[in-house]
Amino acid sequence: MKAIALTDNPPKRLFSTAFKDKCVHAVFFINGMLVVLLLGGIFLLLIQTSIPAFQEVSIVEFLTSTNWNPTSYVKASYGIIPMLVSTFMVTVGALAIAIPIGIGAAAYLSDVASPRVREILKPTIEMLAAVPSVVIGFLGIVFVGPLIAKFFNIYNGLNAINGSVLLAVMALPTIISISEDALSSVPYSYDQASLALGATKWQTVIRVKIPAALSGIIAACMLGMGRAIGETMTVLMATGCAPAMPEGFPFEAFLGSVRTLTSSIAIELGEVAYNTTHYYALFALGLVLFVITFVINLISDIILHNFEKVHR
Amino acid sequence: MRNLVKLAIIGLAVLVAQTASAQEMLQIKGSDTLINLVQKLSEEYMKKYPSNYVAVTGGGSGTGVAALINQKCDIANASRLMKPKEIKMAKDNGVTANRIVIAMDGLSVIVNPENPITQLTKDEIGAIFRGDVKNWSEIGGPDMPINMYGRQSNSGTFVFFQDYVLKGDYSAKMNRMNGNAQIVEAVKSDKSAIGYVGVGYVKDATGLTVVSVASKRGGEYASPLNSADVKSGKYPIARPLNQYVAGIPEGAIRKFLEFELSPEGQRIVEEEGFFPIPSEYEEFNSQVGL
Amino acid sequence: MKARQWQQLIGFGTLKICVAFVLLALIIIAWDIYSKGHSVITWEFLTAAPRNGMTEGGIYPAIVGTFYVTVLTAIISIPLGMGCAIYLNEYAKDTALTRIIRMAIRNLSGVPSIVYGLFGVVVFVQILAFDTSILSAGMTLGMMTLPWVITSSEEALKTVPQAYRDASLALGATKWQTIWTNVLPYAVPGMLTGTILGLARAAGETAPILFTGAAFFLPFVPKSLSDQFMALPYHLYIMSTQHHAIAKVRPLAYGTALVLIGLVFIINLVAFVIRYQLRKTKLE
Repeated sequence: MKAIALTDNPPKRLFSTAFKDKCVHAVFFINGMLVVLLLGGIFLLLIQTSIPAFQEVSIVEFLTSTNWNPTSYVKASYGIIPMLVSTFMVTVGALAIAIPIGIGAAAYLSDVASPRVREILKPTIEMLAAVPSVVIGFLGIVFVGPLIAKFFNIYNGLNAINGSVLLAVMALPTIISISEDALSSVPYSYDQASLALGATKWQTVIRVKIPAALSGIIAACMLGMGRAIGETMTVLMATGCAPAMPEGFPFEAFLGSVRTLTSSIAIELGEVAYNTTHYYALFALGLVLFVITFVINLISDIILHNFEKVHR
Repeated sequence: MRNLVKLAIIGLAVLVAQTASAQEMLQIKGSDTLINLVQKLSEEYMKKYPSNYVAVTGGGSGTGVAALINQKCDIANASRLMKPKEIKMAKDNGVTANRIVIAMDGLSVIVNPENPITQLTKDEIGAIFRGDVKNWSEIGGPDMPINMYGRQSNSGTFVFFQDYVLKGDYSAKMNRMNGNAQIVEAVKSDKSAIGYVGVGYVKDATGLTVVSVASKRGGEYASPLNSADVKSGKYPIARPLNQYVAGIPEGAIRKFLEFELSPEGQRIVEEEGFFPIPSEYEEFNSQVGL
Repeated sequence: MKARQWQQLIGFGTLKICVAFVLLALIIIAWDIYSKGHSVITWEFLTAAPRNGMTEGGIYPAIVGTFYVTVLTAIISIPLGMGCAIYLNEYAKDTALTRIIRMAIRNLSGVPSIVYGLFGVVVFVQILAFDTSILSAGMTLGMMTLPWVITSSEEALKTVPQAYRDASLALGATKWQTIWTNVLPYAVPGMLTGTILGLARAAGETAPILFTGAAFFLPFVPKSLSDQFMALPYHLYIMSTQHHAIAKVRPLAYGTALVLIGLVFIINLVAFVIRYQLRKTKLE
């Protein structure tokens, strides 16, 4: 398998070797361009399939209405606001849990744990990222939901808090591994300087290393946020999915069921008649979702890029 | 490296070869509301005629109807009626979609047993779910606010209840649950609750009251637990469950449909918590020769 | 002890609690599913089709369906992904175009899975008229897996020392001959480990296959690429939310979850061991 002698491929004289090499290069170039085409293709396709929706629904209504009811008895309405608010709620909730824990765990891995412990912990945490989202959603129904219902003394634990807890678990591996990379890439001379000045290890971590790695950590949190916003199955299964505008901030809203952009698409796409306004409107939701996650990823990408430049 | 390439090629070849030997089978696709019933029917059908294969898949009424329009399935399950736009698209593709009713789904309205209310009119139920009636005392119950539990807007049950009972939009305050089982659980634990679910879910359930319903004030109240009342149409909230086929069914499609409508098929319908088709729909089915 | 030392003790204690929380999440997931699911796992559960309205029987069609669709995902994403990685690491110079390609890859891996599902519904199901089938679902998952395969393949290519390439080029071999004989043989094991992890994630995905081919119920395994298929993650989804007797089939749902999570864990463990071995041989 390893040693393949050059004579295994006797040169064929039909084309010159140099020409063949150029062809191979061209094939790989096209292959490389494919990903750009795919990303552009997804974007264009979402735009193209969304546009027909706006022949019947005004863009203003779509972006400002607080009522999403395409199957109304009286008049179908397509307002994206309740879903944006819902998505925002579960994401903020998830980040409120995941960011402190994630940064704490990352700091432990990079500055406290012995190399041996780190060797074991890192792949273990990666394991968490490998758990399929549908399994996490299932646990939201059978484990987290009843726990929340008991704790808050409500009949049903499928709500925004449940979604937040689960999404936090899903965002944690991303936040931890990228924050840990950022913390580890802070030059060791920083540690030395700080320790030499008489600071404890703890003070060094808190006052020197985390500030030095801050932009990397922020990028990590944003990537975690992107993951939380785009997650479908978990929120579909665990948040109850009421399309009404969340009311009574903050407690009542978080204890009520919410329906995010992703779960709306997943719930409604199967039942709609193809190529109707409702169908196109669901693609418009997909477009909004794509744009949001794209912008978040792009910003975190730029932050990370600059961070790497500074530290290399 | 070379071995890997070989392996990949062999794998591909096997897959392609399998494509060529695709099996002839009846494709049924569509509504997730009907799928449990149709799947059970197909299971029994294949037990009876082992050489006939039936594949039942879900994905929603829209998916099923779209597949029928594109001639990618033989029977489409739909918990709603085909929309005018879909009928037109079918016509453009040269498909005349014919509707067949295979069972009735009785919807039961349930309340908590601590609530003294045991019977309601269809209009009262509509007013409650529209949000016009907000307190049980307004319809002769105890003084407590009404908590409503219903389904997601993608469910056929949601649409049917809206079109048939509410004749208006649901109150935004209604809790929209993912499934029937969740509604049952919620009504059991919430004493000011009202909910609607398929009869199959409450047939043997304890810890809740199945409300008797009259079609209008002064009319006769009937319970959905009484099969005869549903069949005769005395119980007012029942909907037909539909299948769509292209043209007049023949061959294997016809054989399966006949099985569904046979006494044996209708017995399975009842076992699964639905109701046999009433006479008005028997006539309806005879229009396509069944 | 001085206040500063106390501060450090408390501080590190807090960090430990953070890690403990993460581990606790993993333990709860594994333990809850194992303890309630293992009694369901029998030979019959793994080798029989669902019966009696999916309230009895096994999950064999779902296991096979997931296997088939993952094989197709691999067939699509591995050549394309590795090719792209080879282009980026071996051919591309640091130009604006290369940077755009890299940016596209990072962004593709952040595109929500349900958006890939929408893409699949329009492109594969409708435009290419594959309908809802293994083919549509496999291609949708293939697109989604592509950025993961590229990233991990490029990592593996980077670990091959530059001297290997220089030696071959100095002997007069062309670029492609160099890559084929002196780079790929050393990079492939690493490429495959990363790819396998990507495929394990694809096998556990539900949103992209919801509308591109996953079936609620099939009494037998799919016979061709144009058939629909049952899949483990989708099966778990319907068994826990859509089934008409949710309480009754809860044990089966736990069993399905255990099989799914067991598969993913085993694949990860294998990849981890391979990676560990690779690193050890490299150090020697």
